[in-house]
Amino acid sequence: MTLLSLRGITKRFDGKPVLAGIDLDVARGERIAILGASGSGKSTLLRCVNFLELPDEGSVALDGETVGRRERELTRVRQRIGMVFQQFNLFPHMTALDNVMEGLVTVRRVAKAAARERAERELARVGLADKAAAYPAHLSGGQKQRVAIARAVAMDPELLLFDEPTSALDPELVGEVLGVIRALADEGRTMLLVTHELGFAYHVATRVIFLAEGRIHESGAPDEVLKAPRRERTQAFLRRHKEFSL
Amino acid sequence: MYQWDFAPVAANWPLLAQGLLNTLKVTGVALVVGLALGLLFALMRLSRHRGLSWPAGFVIEVFRTTPPLVQLFWFFFALPLIAGIAMTPYIAACVTFSIQSAAFFAEVFRGGIQSIERGQWEAARAIGMTEAQAMKRIVLPQAVKRMIPAFMERAIELMKTTTLVATISYADLLFAANEISQKTFRPLETFTVAALMYFVVITAFSLLARRFERRLAISGEATVH
Amino acid sequence: MHQWDFASVLANREALLVGAIGTLRIFAICLVAGLSLGFIVGLGRYSRNRLFYWPATAFTEFFRNTPVLVQILWFYFALPILVPFSIGPLAAAAMGISLNSAAFSAEIFRGGIQSIDRGQWDGARAIGMTAGQAMRRIVLPQALRRMTPALTNRAIEIFKMSTLASAVAYVELLQQGKLIASLNFNPIEAYTAVAVIFFVCLWPLVQLTYVLERRLGRSE
Repeated sequence: MTLLSLRGITKRFDGKPVLAGIDLDVARGERIAILGASGSGKSTLLRCVNFLELPDEGSVALDGETVGRRERELTRVRQRIGMVFQQFNLFPHMTALDNVMEGLVTVRRVAKAAARERAERELARVGLADKAAAYPAHLSGGQKQRVAIARAVAMDPELLLFDEPTSALDPELVGEVLGVIRALADEGRTMLLVTHELGFAYHVATRVIFLAEGRIHESGAPDEVLKAPRRERTQAFLRRHKEFSL
Repeated sequence: MYQWDFAPVAANWPLLAQGLLNTLKVTGVALVVGLALGLLFALMRLSRHRGLSWPAGFVIEVFRTTPPLVQLFWFFFALPLIAGIAMTPYIAACVTFSIQSAAFFAEVFRGGIQSIERGQWEAARAIGMTEAQAMKRIVLPQAVKRMIPAFMERAIELMKTTTLVATISYADLLFAANEISQKTFRPLETFTVAALMYFVVITAFSLLARRFERRLAISGEATVH
Repeated sequence: MHQWDFASVLANREALLVGAIGTLRIFAICLVAGLSLGFIVGLGRYSRNRLFYWPATAFTEFFRNTPVLVQILWFYFALPILVPFSIGPLAAAAMGISLNSAAFSAEIFRGGIQSIDRGQWDGARAIGMTAGQAMRRIVLPQALRRMTPALTNRAIEIFKMSTLASAVAYVELLQQGKLIASLNFNPIEAYTAVAVIFFVCLWPLVQLTYVLERRLGRSE
């Protein structure tokens, strides 16, 4: 069953097209890795899905319902879509626990006690039960990103967006974050994942799409796109990422 | 050689004390009203609706670029004739300095709000917050912490500016000093004492402000001015 | 509803002109005196020599922490008792405003000089410059660029402070406004006119500081 459906998504920055008409259907339970060179529009595509960028043209439909542009509709849609950022974007004036509780209490209007219980569970799930009272400034990059993931997951999103979740991390911290994402994948959650970790994409994604010049250049199962790419630009991109091992 | 004699000034200490109290009263009122009004101006100025941002911008610019003494005279002598309300020096002072400090506070608020990284807004929006929720829960709490030094600096400026009310005969510390000096024929002693009283109060306040600022700096928070 | 009548103000434009000249005169005096004294005091605050540092610090603390109007009245009413010559309204007001501006601009100069990377001093000394040469040729030019917005702001403040001279009856714009208001019973128009004159003079300057600040923010 189709959860998310993008039609003709177009986005220009200063007249320059970044996305030139993207069509994409995401079924429930699918995990799509989005690859592409920097500037190919990967992040912009992800941000168009939850309207952090407003597409210039095209439509986004969730569960078959096209999303309008009124603030009410946008906030409702964003509650159903979780997002994890490259720079974590934790709220520095709140503890890890408060960060996870914030959306439940302020947006979902969940009672404080219930929200706290839920947030504690989410923190435990990402292995940070002992850091509940810590402020973001006292957490490592990997810990910050795990709190950010807990914050997104606590809202029970039907779709999770990951925007290069490990690109800002020191190499030795990448593993702990990928492990958490992997566990979420194993639960059968629907995900869109922009990443440079090709090996991870290969093992976790159910489908891989390769973006070039604002269009979907190649799309298919990980085995096809990553091991036997048909298009020349995909091949060139993969050659530049030689270090990736399957 | 001039013979200093502080006895006549000391004899009039209740006048000076009452004057200092009145100075603090006007400062306090203008500070509280100015902060609330300043936040309102800042939010209006940041609004995308021109019907809100332009009037706010106009008031802010006018009150930042005209001399406070001219503003005070305008409110004291001119406003009663336009609005038909009776103006006391105290009300004129409170109105003038409230709006004036609101104009300055508005720019402090705006600077603080704009200093918050875009990612904070995005993370708030991504969990489904409305713009108002994101402002109230995420952006303002962080911004206010960064603005504290600028607020305190402004508060000190405000206390100094309130001396202008003496020119419209509000019995603040400076006005009291002027009275005493005329009564006792001891201007040198009176004005020296008044200046020292201001110096002590303002210095005490700015020392407190600096200590507070240092504690903020230690906790690793950046500040804006 | 009030009937606005600016004719009575316009009829007194010569009085306003006299006031404008008075404002410009005290502004020019305080700008030059305030900033040059401020520079000297700023160097004192930057100095590691206690003989310079402590007096400069006492000066800035005192004049930053007392209201200008109190200083002006002190110079006008109190100082003449101590000195053998008389002190007029212009002298009293100019002293108060200049000393206050010196204290504030000293902190701008000190901050500006301090903000220059130590490597610049090292580089200058390494090619054989004296401390004076390094300051004049290398550090000051860079620091001045950074200080321009803050110094322009100071100039704007001095312009606004010049109205305080009316408290000792020095003839400047506000004083003339008072005069016109009391002669013609038109305070609304008189004070509005004075406010407009200040706004028109200062608004472009304020915009300039915004531009300078933005340009500086971008280039650093």
